[in-house]
Amino acid sequence: MRIGADIGGTFTDIVLENSEGMFSTKVLTTHDAPERGVLDGISQVVDEAHADLAGLTSFIHGTTLATNALINRTGAHTAFVTTAGFRDVVEMRTESRFEQYDLNLVLPAPLIERRDRHVLDERIAADGTVLRSFDEAEALALARHLAEGTDEGPYEAVAVGFMHAYRNGDHERRIREVLTGHLPGASISISSEVAPQMREFERFNTVCANAYLQPLMAGYLHRLEEQLHAAGASCPVYLIHSGGGLISVESAANFPVRLVESGPAGGAIFAAHLADRHGLDNVLSYDMGGTTAKICLIEDQTPRTAKTFEVARTHRFTKGSGMPIAIPVIEMIEIGAGGGSIAGVDALGQIRVGPQSAGSEPGPAAYQLGGTDPTVSDANLALGRLSVDTFGASSIELSTEAAATALLSGVGAHLGVDATEAAIGVTEVVDENMANAARVHAVENGKDVSRFTMIAFGGGAPLHASRLCDKLDIEAILIPPGAGVGSAIGFLRAPFAYEAVRSHYAPMHGFNHDRANRLLSDLEDEAGSFVREALGERAGEPAGTELEVERWAYMRYAGQGWEIPVALDQDPFDGSGHLHLTKRFEAAYSEFFGRPIEGLDIEAVGWAVKVTTPRPVVERIGHTAARRDVAGIRSRPIHDTTTGSTVEAAVVERDVLEPGDRVIGPAVIVEPQTTTWLTTDRQAVLQADGCLRVTRLDVDP
Amino acid sequence: MSDLRNQVMWNRLISIVEEQALTLVRTAFSTSVREAGDLSAGVFDLDGHMIAQAVTGTPGHVNTMAAAVGNFIADIGRDNIFEGDAYVTNHPWKGTGHLHDFTVVTPTFRAGTPIGFFACTAHVLDVGGSGYGPDAGDIYEEGLLVPIMKFIERGEVNRDLVNIVHHNVRESNQVVGDLYSLAACNETGMRRLDTMLDEFGIDDLEAIAAFVFDRTRTATLDALHRLPTGTYTSSMQVDGYNETVTLVVTLHVSDQGVHADFTGTSPTCPFGINVPLVYAQAYLTYAMLVALAPGMPNNHASLEPFTVSAPEGCILNARHPDPVSVRHVIGHFVTDLCLGAIAEALPDIVPAEGSGALWNFHVSARASETGSSLPPVEILMFNSGGTGARPTLDGLSATAFPSGVRTMSVEATEQVGPIVIWRKELRPGSGGDGRHRGGLGQVIELGPTEGYHFDFSCMFDRVANPARGRQGGGDGAAGGVHLDDGTPFNAKGRQRVPAGRRLVLELPGGGGFGDPDERDPADVERDHDQGYLA
Repeated sequence: MRIGADIGGTFTDIVLENSEGMFSTKVLTTHDAPERGVLDGISQVVDEAHADLAGLTSFIHGTTLATNALINRTGAHTAFVTTAGFRDVVEMRTESRFEQYDLNLVLPAPLIERRDRHVLDERIAADGTVLRSFDEAEALALARHLAEGTDEGPYEAVAVGFMHAYRNGDHERRIREVLTGHLPGASISISSEVAPQMREFERFNTVCANAYLQPLMAGYLHRLEEQLHAAGASCPVYLIHSGGGLISVESAANFPVRLVESGPAGGAIFAAHLADRHGLDNVLSYDMGGTTAKICLIEDQTPRTAKTFEVARTHRFTKGSGMPIAIPVIEMIEIGAGGGSIAGVDALGQIRVGPQSAGSEPGPAAYQLGGTDPTVSDANLALGRLSVDTFGASSIELSTEAAATALLSGVGAHLGVDATEAAIGVTEVVDENMANAARVHAVENGKDVSRFTMIAFGGGAPLHASRLCDKLDIEAILIPPGAGVGSAIGFLRAPFAYEAVRSHYAPMHGFNHDRANRLLSDLEDEAGSFVREALGERAGEPAGTELEVERWAYMRYAGQGWEIPVALDQDPFDGSGHLHLTKRFEAAYSEFFGRPIEGLDIEAVGWAVKVTTPRPVVERIGHTAARRDVAGIRSRPIHDTTTGSTVEAAVVERDVLEPGDRVIGPAVIVEPQTTTWLTTDRQAVLQADGCLRVTRLDVDP
Repeated sequence: MSDLRNQVMWNRLISIVEEQALTLVRTAFSTSVREAGDLSAGVFDLDGHMIAQAVTGTPGHVNTMAAAVGNFIADIGRDNIFEGDAYVTNHPWKGTGHLHDFTVVTPTFRAGTPIGFFACTAHVLDVGGSGYGPDAGDIYEEGLLVPIMKFIERGEVNRDLVNIVHHNVRESNQVVGDLYSLAACNETGMRRLDTMLDEFGIDDLEAIAAFVFDRTRTATLDALHRLPTGTYTSSMQVDGYNETVTLVVTLHVSDQGVHADFTGTSPTCPFGINVPLVYAQAYLTYAMLVALAPGMPNNHASLEPFTVSAPEGCILNARHPDPVSVRHVIGHFVTDLCLGAIAEALPDIVPAEGSGALWNFHVSARASETGSSLPPVEILMFNSGGTGARPTLDGLSATAFPSGVRTMSVEATEQVGPIVIWRKELRPGSGGDGRHRGGLGQVIELGPTEGYHFDFSCMFDRVANPARGRQGGGDGAAGGVHLDDGTPFNAKGRQRVPAGRRLVLELPGGGGFGDPDERDPADVERDHDQGYLA
């Protein structure tokens, strides 16, 4: 028996899986002590499954706690120690304005204020040699000074980030030693361990975030572990990290920055697992909740990863308005498009949707909990896609009138249209926003999404998937069972995995293959140690579990600024390593940009090794063709934006469908946690594993 | 619901040009494009009117590129436009103001019929001549000028042109690579446009262009009404090259738009800080849009209401063959100049003056000893001083305005070349006093690594003329340039940093806003606590 728990901003999702099947629940997140909500939810699903917590074999956890602490600035009182001359790197950022047409722009404040940033007169050069040596006496004086704390109290954490420490971390380790002696209670993070990547702003910010989160996250994780044990569970606790793999509580407490955005990572793992089961090589995962939509590309059943991302965006999810975090993550694009996203009309008479969300408080107007702004959910209700009588199992009573009133006053009145027209506009705009984001994300990765299959989950996605696929020219959609708690299910499918990344500049001209081999082997050791720790294996002992290793180089033409990931094979480089790398790079470059460029030098700038337990062998299931058509038990009028007219749509309960049953659009397929809307030109066939496979009517189902 | 359809298409067009721009950023070699965002991309109707433009790092291309497409249509000739063509130029007066910007225009077709154009512009690494800097005496000395011509005709690349570029510029592979990137990014736009037209079942851009222009025109003129009609003037002094430059503007505001006349402005100078008028127009337009109509998408109709004039031979109306290589140094001040003119009418909107022009530098690192095997290296870096305080907020420290470009990572820069940046941090005390404080400048200290010296191309302003405060606010600190032993350095032109020495750059701060005595004591205390004061 295993349990996955995903703490989100509004809901905590719990999924229990045992030999009997799967049991899930959603409880409200208890922000003051998140472990309380988790334990409440656990007792619900355990009761429902008639199980005993003593039989739990593993507990897998993901949480937005780290992300929220960065957004709400609720981390520890933290000092930052850096190289003399670079005190303000985290404040000066990129020296640009993320919004060009705003005279009253406010840039995000640095995580660590200037008065808490201290310098040491030391300097490592770009090649790792020492330009100014480490002065023990100065370090000692600084440590004594930090030990005094400030008028806000003693420092609870210290981050250390020195220039070029990704190349040579000696000075960082030495100051840590000195600091540990003088600040015994403080947790200390150094950039050469947390994020050994080139580019000081990103690396410094990452080490600051790690230190800032450490006391909070370590405290929470240990409390959770204790309470689980007190409740009778004696199993190990694992955390899902931003890269979608599992690590131990101990590793998570040391590197809490790796927990940022772990919930959405679970969603991507969920989609990857489904892709595997259905044998799909090109998948676009589309997860739409109450506040945001997340879109991720999954190729060959593997979510795309990146080595940096941006968290806590302060301004309409605008690029550049958040803080960069240099850790391996599952790469996805997140936009302010959810069921609660608020709609309005701008100065140009254009409908705008999001990123502000009505959330659960006050909620969409239709909830009648005090919200008066029109939201995407209100529009779906007004168009008949959602219905008062089939809206979830929750206690919320929907009001069509309240939705219509809000749509009319918030949108319709400004444009001279009625509530229905306003609702059409709102859904079209939010669908277009999501389609544009998906398209841009795909092009950033050199892909054309029209060849992809969409996997749609999260409460809102099944409502919007059909129309979104019209816009993206995508043929087929899978809507899995358990869509509403997809991320938590994903946790149960995640491998033990860790990715180590390091910057190391290596031009192909004069390529030193020994150095590259050493570096890759060091990275493999580092990543492997995290995985083995989580597996309960000790260092030095022979490995008990067969592990898989993926190796990557990040390469570019000399003179370019953006590197593309190039997959390496398992063999160490020999004397012709540069030729091999060049060939692989040129192939990857062609995939992105059409053709390689002749006559230019090529260089590798970053290296990464991911160590993972083998992906469990998933039983592939064949495609289930339509065997019989199922008509609705009743019908209701729904506006179809694809055809531009209101149609009489069949209403079908999802749980009456058998594999091979086909529903022809226009129709809605309803279930407790979500509703699937089939536009007039679509059909859905239930597959052997309970997924709905949605295709265009003109395609053979 | 055709309005809604049009609205969706408009959003899609903006997304298409953003994608076009992104393709360029990802493939470009030029540091200024890939790191700093010095590029533009847009889609145009058959008349050469811009329908949508990507928001990128530089307002300097805002209407320069928009105007350029008309020049392309005129020079190529409508009868000479074929499917599979792409046209190119770096003509400062027909393109975007200096030789380093190459613009590529590609006609887009639907079922054999031309329906519009895609255009993009990027700042390339080198154009030959004397290199990037203010020292060339005329346009011929500044480098290779490619008049408007075909880069690709019916799918065939013009090999002669590629060959000429190859033999006339430094780092020629990368520059030619960038020309191909420009053409490729237009092709991306064309492919996406085709998909959009399929989806919406239309075959030309006329109706959507009319919708975009109509909506934008109404909204822009509405926004302009915040500014009472009348005449507003303003003047400003900046350093120039060895001789102070006075900039003067008179804004004539009617209910149909804003006309800026620069009469009274200093004449052109013998160095490459002169500004083609179209570039000055870009920064006027930016000033008006950022103050009055933020969030307005750029297109033909949002730019149309803003016009300019200037006497021939004035520094904001440089003529061929005046040198214009670093036209941004003076051009960037046009925004503060024009904002200054409307400050009296809109006292609650207009910020104090800021550091204005970027403090870009170009380093040519050379081996100190003749016969050394150390290779020569070229390094470009962008840096910003402080912006002016706003009526309700402090200025932004070390942040570009009006330019929108980013700086480069010190670690990445040191990986590229034999340079050590010893210091790059805020400059306490450099923000002008006021109810709201000016943004702080920064201090940069850099030197060559062992075995090298630098030839350093300076293009710095506000060393003699600091940013002025507004409504009683104090001036920002002036900039400073000197060696670490105190030897003064000229703020403009090519000079040498000897082996073993360091160059110190003190970037100017922004002006303050309002009476310093009215500053919230909590803000004063915070400035003190955080070490923002001298």
